[in-house]
Amino acid sequence: MGLLSEDLKSRIKAYLPRYPRKQAATLPALHLVHDEMRTVSNEAIVEIAEILELHPSEVHDAMTFYEFFKTGGENLGKNRLWVCRGLACFLRGSYELLDHCKSKLGVECGYTTADGKITLEFAECIGACDGAPACLVNDVHVMGVTPEKADALMTELRK
Amino acid sequence: MPYEPVILERIAKPQPDRLEGYRADSGYAATEKTVKDKTPEQLTDLVKSSGLRGRGGAGFPTGLKWTFIPKGHPGPIYLCVNADESEPCTYNNRILMEKDPHQVLEGIVLTCHAIRSRCAYFYIRYEYGDAYRTLQGAIDELYAAEILGKDSLGTGQPLDIFLHRGAGAYICGEETGLIESLEGKRAWPRIKPPFPAVEGAFQKPTIVNNVETLACVTQIVRRGVDWFKSMGVPPDPKNPRDAGSYGPKLYTLAGHVNKPVCVELPMGISMRELVEVHGGGVWKGRKAKSVNPGGLSMGFVDVNAPLKGEDGKTEYDIPLDFNGPGKVGCLGLGTAAITVVDDQTSMVDVLHNVCQFFSHESCGQCTPCREGTGWMLKIMDRMRRGLGRREDLDVLVDVADRMGIIPGTTICGLSDGAGWPVKTAIRKFRGEFEAAIKEGARSKYAKLQMAGMH
Ligand SMILES: Cc1cc2nc3c(=O)[nH]c(=O)nc-3n(C[C@H](O)[C@H](O)[C@H](O)COP(=O)(O)O)c2cc1C
Ligand code: SF4
Ligand code: FES
Repeated sequence: MGLLSEDLKSRIKAYLPRYPRKQAATLPALHLVHDEMRTVSNEAIVEIAEILELHPSEVHDAMTFYEFFKTGGENLGKNRLWVCRGLACFLRGSYELLDHCKSKLGVECGYTTADGKITLEFAECIGACDGAPACLVNDVHVMGVTPEKADALMTELRK
Repeated sequence: MPYEPVILERIAKPQPDRLEGYRADSGYAATEKTVKDKTPEQLTDLVKSSGLRGRGGAGFPTGLKWTFIPKGHPGPIYLCVNADESEPCTYNNRILMEKDPHQVLEGIVLTCHAIRSRCAYFYIRYEYGDAYRTLQGAIDELYAAEILGKDSLGTGQPLDIFLHRGAGAYICGEETGLIESLEGKRAWPRIKPPFPAVEGAFQKPTIVNNVETLACVTQIVRRGVDWFKSMGVPPDPKNPRDAGSYGPKLYTLAGHVNKPVCVELPMGISMRELVEVHGGGVWKGRKAKSVNPGGLSMGFVDVNAPLKGEDGKTEYDIPLDFNGPGKVGCLGLGTAAITVVDDQTSMVDVLHNVCQFFSHESCGQCTPCREGTGWMLKIMDRMRRGLGRREDLDVLVDVADRMGIIPGTTICGLSDGAGWPVKTAIRKFRGEFEAAIKEGARSKYAKLQMAGMH
């Protein structure tokens, strides 16, 4: 029995015709697995490599370049909450905002709340500087995040 | 008369992202004609004669770049659309993709015709989830309308556009880092030459163009070269290598301005007018101290420093064209992202933030960049804690001066971009840094430890 479901495998395979080389489907495959399983385990890497006809170390090598993917026994929570620390957000209070989120959630950056609902992270500029200080919830921008707005957001994400 | 936006003309319309509305505004009409009536060479010549220069940061002439594809190459030839947009304080590509995706996609269809490409990879940063979904919807519409697919626009030729999502790394915006990332590897920039136009994605000729550049291609084909050249700044007659700064430009405002917005204006508006008029001035009734013209990599301007040879003007008055920022020691126009720092903010904190970014984003291949960005952050961190040393400023400038493709010590331009803000900030605000070191002032942010994890 493999780790990846047949459905997940076929969604990975659907990317292959797009590229002249199977290796190019590495990032799409990692995203699909990571989104669904909230981590990319060694077993998953082996199975991705099999589909892409690569050595597992090639998938692992590419993946670890992007600090984006959780691996090695670490898991993402249900939601990712990124607080932007880029210059435009810093100038409009994002360091204070990050501090606020840390203490409200009781976790440091990179960690997940005990209920498994929110993984708190910092981000470099997320391209939403017109709404600084800005956050990213999974892959959606939240603009103009005051402490009150952050509280409401965190409550919502913990539901 | 106020300037009427063209590139941003449609963004306030209802459902601006839908093909139907775009076509009602004469979208794709010029393209349908062009792919039938004009040869790739004619289209390339048209774009060349418009003077369009890349909007992604380097300002390379777009039509000229297209001619670097080897003549008579049997293909495949690829177009990579650079939508990594990660230069801090830059967000104009996001607005184009979220609000008017067809204008960008039309530019892709045209560019593919010009470079004889049948396949475009649209590399979009992961953080742009909304833009990604909007673009996918627009691309689906194009397949249904047979503008894309096996017989694109009735030419008998196939054309595909594939979205490819990044994973949160600034270096994927460097064109060869982007290609490596697309190929499924670490986004380590390649040593050039060969340039991508000769050997790029999958070892085939590849053109990399920015999202805004492609939107300009659409408008040049629709409105003509004369329209494009009616705006902007002609080449400097004293500089034979200057290609001029023509056309409209999307400027993004950020930081301590009242209105952090994206505005479209003819290239060459003065920084002062952009901030004071279009940005509504500095927030909280304060004054500007410094402005970063064009993304962090470009360095800093001292708005109170007199402008050499221009009576009564200061660095605040530089024109924001491809040459303007260079006149005051900045690297260039970059992404035309304008970030304002007010007079109540410490440059030590600002520079710490900048060093934190580059140290986090250096890909680590080249020693001067990997070590240089790390040490510059360590020094700034110490300075921010009130433990700066007298020699620190000279060491910082020395490190910054030696890293990059301009001094010739690294593979890519990230490290030039890491050095420029450091040396411009220290050269222009030396008094402030010296005073901070002397006083041993500890920043209120020093307690915030953010080195840790994502
Ligand atoms: C570190 C680094 C990051 C870059 N990031 C981007 C980016 O996010 N988007 C972009 O279009 N160009 C970026 N560039 C510039 C690209 O390498 C390339 O010049 C550009 O995409 C070419 O497109 P253009 O000619 O249409 O401007 C970056 C360059 C460097 C050195
Ligand atoms: S200059 Fe820096 S970012 Fe660019 S390739 Fe070298 S180490 Fe990587
Ligand atoms: S600096 Fe935070 S979104 Fe750009």
